[in-house]
Amino acid sequence: MSFPESLHAAYDVIVIGAGPAGLAAAATTAEAGLRTLLVDENSAPGGQIYRAITTSPLKNSSILGKDYEAGNDLVHTFEKSGADRLAGCTVWSLDRERVVGLSCGGEARLIKAERVIIATGAMERPFPIPGWTLPGVMTIGAGQTLLKSSGLIPSGRLALAGQGPLLWLYAAQILRAGGHIAAIFDTTPLANYISAAPHLPGFVFSPYWIKGLGLIREVKRVVKIVTGVTRLEAQGKNKLQTLVWEAGSRTGSIDLDVLMLHQGVVPHVNLAMAAGIKHEWDDIQLCFRPVLDESGNSSIKGIMIAGDGAGIGGAESAAERGRLAAIDTVANLRPDALAQIPSRDNVRNRLAQTMRGRAFLDHLYRPSKVFRIPQDASTIVCRCEEITAGEIRASIAIGATGPNQLKAYRRTGMGPCQGRLCGLTVTELMADERGKSPEEIGYYRLRSPVKPISLAELASIPQDETAIKAVVRG
Amino acid sequence: MNHTQSTNEYDVAVIGGGLLGSSIAWGLGRLGQRTCVLDEGDVTKRASRANFALVWVQSKGLGLPEYTGWTVRASETWSKLSDEIKAQTGIDVCHQRPGGFHLALSEKELEDRRLSLRRLHNQPGATDYKIEILDHDEVKKQLPHIGPDVVGGTYCPLDGHVNSLRYLRAIHSALKTSGVDYRPEHRVSTIEHRNGEFKISTEQGEIRAGKVVLAAGNANMTLAHMVGLKAPMSPTRGQILVTERTVPFLGFPLTTIRQTDEGTVMIGDSREEFIDDTVQNLPINAVMADRARRMFPLLNQLNIVRTWSGIRVMPKDGFPIYDQSETCPGAFVTCCHSGVTLAPNHAFDIAPMIAKGNLDLERVGAFSARRFDQIQVQSSGYY
Amino acid sequence: MFKRATNHQEPAVQITVDGLPVTARRGDTVSAAILTAGCVEPYRYTAVNGTPRAPYCMMGVCFDCLVTIDGIGNRQGCLIPVSDGMVITRQNGKREIES
Ligand SMILES: Cc1cc2nc3c(=O)[nH]c(=O)nc-3n(C[C@H](O)[C@H](O)[C@H](O)COP(=O)(O)OP(=O)(O)OC[C@H]3O[C@@H](n4cnc5c(N)ncnc54)[C@H](O)[C@@H]3O)c2cc1C
Ligand code: FES
Repeated sequence: MSFPESLHAAYDVIVIGAGPAGLAAAATTAEAGLRTLLVDENSAPGGQIYRAITTSPLKNSSILGKDYEAGNDLVHTFEKSGADRLAGCTVWSLDRERVVGLSCGGEARLIKAERVIIATGAMERPFPIPGWTLPGVMTIGAGQTLLKSSGLIPSGRLALAGQGPLLWLYAAQILRAGGHIAAIFDTTPLANYISAAPHLPGFVFSPYWIKGLGLIREVKRVVKIVTGVTRLEAQGKNKLQTLVWEAGSRTGSIDLDVLMLHQGVVPHVNLAMAAGIKHEWDDIQLCFRPVLDESGNSSIKGIMIAGDGAGIGGAESAAERGRLAAIDTVANLRPDALAQIPSRDNVRNRLAQTMRGRAFLDHLYRPSKVFRIPQDASTIVCRCEEITAGEIRASIAIGATGPNQLKAYRRTGMGPCQGRLCGLTVTELMADERGKSPEEIGYYRLRSPVKPISLAELASIPQDETAIKAVVRG
Repeated sequence: MNHTQSTNEYDVAVIGGGLLGSSIAWGLGRLGQRTCVLDEGDVTKRASRANFALVWVQSKGLGLPEYTGWTVRASETWSKLSDEIKAQTGIDVCHQRPGGFHLALSEKELEDRRLSLRRLHNQPGATDYKIEILDHDEVKKQLPHIGPDVVGGTYCPLDGHVNSLRYLRAIHSALKTSGVDYRPEHRVSTIEHRNGEFKISTEQGEIRAGKVVLAAGNANMTLAHMVGLKAPMSPTRGQILVTERTVPFLGFPLTTIRQTDEGTVMIGDSREEFIDDTVQNLPINAVMADRARRMFPLLNQLNIVRTWSGIRVMPKDGFPIYDQSETCPGAFVTCCHSGVTLAPNHAFDIAPMIAKGNLDLERVGAFSARRFDQIQVQSSGYY
Repeated sequence: MFKRATNHQEPAVQITVDGLPVTARRGDTVSAAILTAGCVEPYRYTAVNGTPRAPYCMMGVCFDCLVTIDGIGNRQGCLIPVSDGMVITRQNGKREIES
């Protein structure tokens, strides 16, 4: 893949991320006549939820379910809209002037936009148990990606551990695809059933209620479930061999080839934070999320965030939030075209409907502290630099008060993943250890490139006289 | 935090917990002084987290020949510092002194370099040390991967480098085992000299000490006058690129490229008047990357995983400031650009002087801030 | 570690992994192809301590899927689709660069 000839030097709108939020946003601004570019590092549109929607080898909906099919409409509408799409293209920088750094096929470019809509979605919350770096341990999201895009199911003995709607959905999909699950270890804290109860009425009227219960029943019929799990440890020499578990006073172990973990998703903040957008701690969803107005405008003028990157809301709400951002963009850049696109009130109403029941899920699936803050000293927190919880606690003892001094001491967050897999754990662990709130502890200060780019690519960015003067010396 | 009265009293309070303040505090701890280090919190300008980690001699001291000797001394005592730190903490900071290169990408660059080195060496009183001027082929013998654009360079056997982030962790660990109180989140707002002692207000209450050492980097500018001192500064910004880890290919540090013991390649470092360290400047990054690949074409393939910008602690003329107050005896100010290079001098030379209560003017008198009262000499404290 | 769930209709794509011929399917990412081939384990060794790893997230965030593809090291196998004739090598520790 490389940059197509037809690519413009500047755009009215650049949308980053081709999941439901990005597809809906880009389609809407393009329909209003704004010159729009949609960029995604994956080769096919759909994002995480509608991954490989146009290319999946699983052609009928019997395995992946009807909801997956909804992605087809989004892609179809987008394709008719006249927006440009760059697939297999990574955004590695974004600045306050809305200059977007793109990398495609080993070449880098800077393209400016009047508006940027970040729709980079969510990623799975880190699940730092002892042994989570062993081959054979992966996320449920990873398993589902392999299923959607290549029709793959685990061979050998599989267990799932964790909590949340995705766990049950994937379990059902695996069973329908002819796979086998040895056991499911449910880590939902029992106390959550009580704290979620007041939000139950909202949930009962949401579409998730029937669907969710149906899935759980479908899975429970054939798979052994261990509930109230309080400790998990993956063991093995060069790959996963055994999962040791505790559930209160019950304990056990099980031999496995594949263990898939999941405890919900969190906004993928790297690009937005590197751009300098203000974020705050969300104590219900237990993550940082950007500070936004109702349409999705961030603290930087002209940069908006839509979809799960704005706070977790799920696929349907992501598309609506993408449309809301697009409507605000059209209202600012081409108000006379507002009549051609859905009205703000309509979209707002639909958004409210899709958010029904969210509070119940947020409370029920709020992950337990023991799976967010590793208690064992030897558990790896930073996978890239292989730094353990014990080493982080030792750094606090010599004076690290937050993630940035810790980074200097121990290189946490300095590897290729740039803190994505350790950032939240580090913040929460430090907060816990120091008796502070995660908001007070803060997060890594992030910079571009938010994804690695080759030196050759960086070197090809246009230079100027002042830049040369700042570097060359005798 | 709740400190009792007694734990807020010290022989010496060092303000600033970067490389400079920490090295001095460690030196004071070794001499049995009850010492604390008052530092800011997690998000702050801290050059000690942003530097390029050279222990560098070549081309330093134009305009102040004493600086050359001071730097050569540091280069010679660095291994003693790293040995002691390792013995105390078990942490190897990977100090190495294979000598270092500066490469020129045009005849003009090489000629400029030659001229400035000649001026440096012609200064009366400058410590003489070996520095070679090499053409392309001579450089290539030591650095086989250079590209055709390299016309030549300079080599100085005294140059080296260290893992400066690991040194920061090591020195903070050493403070702890030496009984020096490192106190982050103790930003200092005011210092008063009363009844022969210093009352220091921090965000977490008052600290009292018999002596006070200002080592707060560019912030010395505002703190110094509270105790009858001055520290004129003109900070600059520097950006650095760093690659993924790769197998060792570069046996020597260069002024702007070095491979760390971990395998990453650091590419430095710009000098800019613009001093916002929260943003990057892509055209400048591009020049840095472009020059790096012209020096070593194989770098082209490597991925850049991070970039950052840091604000240099930079006295107005580029040379260190070590001074003591006449009106508030017991107050000292220390700041310098090359805090990595000079760390052993701060630990082994400056700390004992402070413990005694007086700077040894014979050795460091040239670095008094009084020099700013005189007419400015043309200078370059930088490499 | 993985197998195909259905009677796969997608056309075959021929690649090599560490010199061994592997048949992948159109639509597979490099990581998916390696995980299905089964002949190569572990997927890689880390650059820091040389510990064995395999893809963890399959969505581009964890960088545990790094491989050398057609001579270029440290590429995210989970984001790159296979194509005919692709030469993939596993990485054992730090990546190498050639002049
Ligand atoms: C891009 C770059 C490249 C460099 N390369 C090299 C190199 O290769 N070799 C070399 O020798 N040097 C290099 N340096 C310089 C070196 O990093 C610095 O000289 C050294 O870190 C300075 O240490 P410091 O302790 O004076 O300052 P800092 O590390 O900035 O520490 C100052 C401390 O004071 C604290 N502070 C400030 N105000 C207050 C207050 N009111 N109360 C309490 N605490 C306060 C701050 O939080 C901070 O911790 C480089 C610097 C930069 C930016
Ligand atoms: S498997 Fe996580 S980045 Fe590829």
